[in-house]
Amino acid sequence: MDDFILEATPKTPRLYFSKESGEFEISGRSIPENSIEFYKPVISWLDNYIHEPNHHTLLVIKLEYFNTSSSKCLVEILRRLESLTEQSIVKVKWCYEEEDEDMQESGEDFKEIMKVPIEMVQVRDN
Amino acid sequence: MKKAVTTGSSSQTLFSYAGSVSSSSMNHLLELAENKLNKEPTKKYIRKKVFGILVETVQNAYHHLDRPRSEEKHTSVKFRLEKDLQNYTVIAGNPVKNNKVDALKSVIDRFNSMSIPELKQYYRNRLSRGYATPSPGAGLGFVDIIRKSGKKISYTFKPVDQDYSYFSLQVEVST
Repeated sequence: MDDFILEATPKTPRLYFSKESGEFEISGRSIPENSIEFYKPVISWLDNYIHEPNHHTLLVIKLEYFNTSSSKCLVEILRRLESLTEQSIVKVKWCYEEEDEDMQESGEDFKEIMKVPIEMVQVRDN
Repeated sequence: MKKAVTTGSSSQTLFSYAGSVSSSSMNHLLELAENKLNKEPTKKYIRKKVFGILVETVQNAYHHLDRPRSEEKHTSVKFRLEKDLQNYTVIAGNPVKNNKVDALKSVIDRFNSMSIPELKQYYRNRLSRGYATPSPGAGLGFVDIIRKSGKKISYTFKPVDQDYSYFSLQVEVST
């Protein structure tokens, strides 16, 4: 299967999902009006990936902003990874800038409700 | 003799919009707001909070606006960002059908009456359902707004005619 790569726009994040390396990234801002439509293709891609996953899967989430409809889609993405834990060693890193309590809190929301391990990573303000 | 201090008089409007609601006008509005906010001498995470709240209110209006058939002046959406010495204030307004007013009031009243830990729990419970369940209106958006601002949402409903009212909400973020 091919990698799934989408460049960032002012309202949507960069999506980099590599089957070859098993490394995935969602970065930038996620404030589309129709989040479900935006995330649908990558969720379908993941539905295929979970049938033949790599031994290691790493998802790095490094978002500056996201709206509530995007948060529901992130849950869907994390769910897909959750279903993998027997076939692949899955790691999720939630990056937030120091001082950004809202983004830290959001990461903790996901950490609390998902079974997949989410590591909180504080990054330097840039 | 002590002088009366009136902080209210120092209130300043950073931007104001009144008009139609379309995908492109909303994009333009958010871009304008962000440019204004980036010039503010406030900490980055406060600017992010204000922008995040604006995104929710603007997209909320975009998705849930009831569009009256006649394009009258009082049916347009309004957004305003103000600041004074203590707060940034986001003010948003849009028309809603009268038959939705009671439900909307009770949703906001319910969230306003909840503590921050209760809201956090509520948010997490709802979020864990993902998008599989149909979302009834702006529930999570309001919760997100209160969690970010740390303050209650003020609102008014002004009757427009027999079918519509004008809904305005106001949220503050401490500078």
